[in-house]
Amino acid sequence: MTDTTTAQSGTDEGDLLAGFEATIARNDRIEPRDWMPEGYRKTLVRQVAQHAHSEIIGMQPEGNWIGRAPSLRRKAILLAKVQDEAGHGLYLYSACETLGVSRGQLTEMLIEGRQKYSSIFNYPTLSYADVGTIGWLVDGAAICNQVPLCRTSFGPYGRAMIRICKEESFHQRQGYELLMTMMRGTDEQRAMVQESVNRFWWPALMMFGPPDDESPNSAQSMAWGIKRNTNDDLRQRFVDMSVPQAEALGVTFPDPDLRWNEERQAHDFGQPDWDEFMQVVKGNGPCNTQRIAHRRAAHEDGAWVREAATAYAASSAAEVSA
Amino acid sequence: MSADERVRAEWPLYEVFVRGKRGLNHVHVGSLHAADDEMALRHARDVYTRRNEGVSIWVVKSTDIAASSPDEKDPLFAPSGDKVYRHPTFYEIPDNVPHM
Repeated sequence: MTDTTTAQSGTDEGDLLAGFEATIARNDRIEPRDWMPEGYRKTLVRQVAQHAHSEIIGMQPEGNWIGRAPSLRRKAILLAKVQDEAGHGLYLYSACETLGVSRGQLTEMLIEGRQKYSSIFNYPTLSYADVGTIGWLVDGAAICNQVPLCRTSFGPYGRAMIRICKEESFHQRQGYELLMTMMRGTDEQRAMVQESVNRFWWPALMMFGPPDDESPNSAQSMAWGIKRNTNDDLRQRFVDMSVPQAEALGVTFPDPDLRWNEERQAHDFGQPDWDEFMQVVKGNGPCNTQRIAHRRAAHEDGAWVREAATAYAASSAAEVSA
Repeated sequence: MSADERVRAEWPLYEVFVRGKRGLNHVHVGSLHAADDEMALRHARDVYTRRNEGVSIWVVKSTDIAASSPDEKDPLFAPSGDKVYRHPTFYEIPDNVPHM
């Protein structure tokens, strides 16, 4: 709105806001062409873009192992999984574009470091067991985060999440099955699994974001129905789900404070190193530079393909109209 | 090429509709970018039907879709709101009349 806004249009905006809030209060969905407060749109662009970027960057740590997976079966599974991550990124970019930004702009913002992606993908995949651990714990944590997002207030985001959640289940199960197979192997293979779980447990807990009292955007996002649960609630849910899975697998989590609390009917557990989390978010994690450099190279090296396809489409269109 | 030019050179946006199985309508599933129609169909196959989600795909450039505006919601849909006699439940039929 400009400075010349009249009292009349001020009232209109008030009506629009009331309509928007009534839709949220009814637990109904906001659709792309509905009026929405600028803060709601901005928050969604930031969250959905960050989510899309995480899927795209998330292809790298595992893509690393496709050529080295130990059998054709494992290669095919991993290839399908990494292809899904690309698909998930595209569903989410598609949802984000309904908010008035283009995928090209989002890609530019990612490779220029103006938008973020999940801190978990800045950790390296040092052994093949990491492929299993990522499926089990990292995708497991993602599922915990994503299932409530199927009911998020913005329609296109919720619909993308429904598609993604259907496919994530395959990701988690293939990872767990991979680890079960290794646990039935040699002592050395079992040690590989435990070592991998030790490295990924704390970063997986960090995926839910900072504790509630240090999460500045959470309250507004929950009021708008963008988020449905707090970071700490989801983290607790994830820990409670993971403990029996670890027992069945025969591994432990590297947390001396982890124990069942009969009174709360939930597990007590220690806090991740939040200073490390902030460092990784700020770009100082083990692989931040490498991940962005790789994404930038893929984007720039692929430019000629995009240009050639555009030129081909233009010449075919010209032939048809000639 | 500058960042702005690269963004402007982006492939057009297509909306994707998938028929889940024979007997069902095509349903909108999302969108994607492609240089032309043929590439849009191929990309739609890869992005939206990796697990037998469809038997047929339609793609159409987003700019070719005409849509009703949310602002017209009242003038466009309100007229049907007060025509309750268009619904079968408007008519009271005694319980002893069968098959109706």
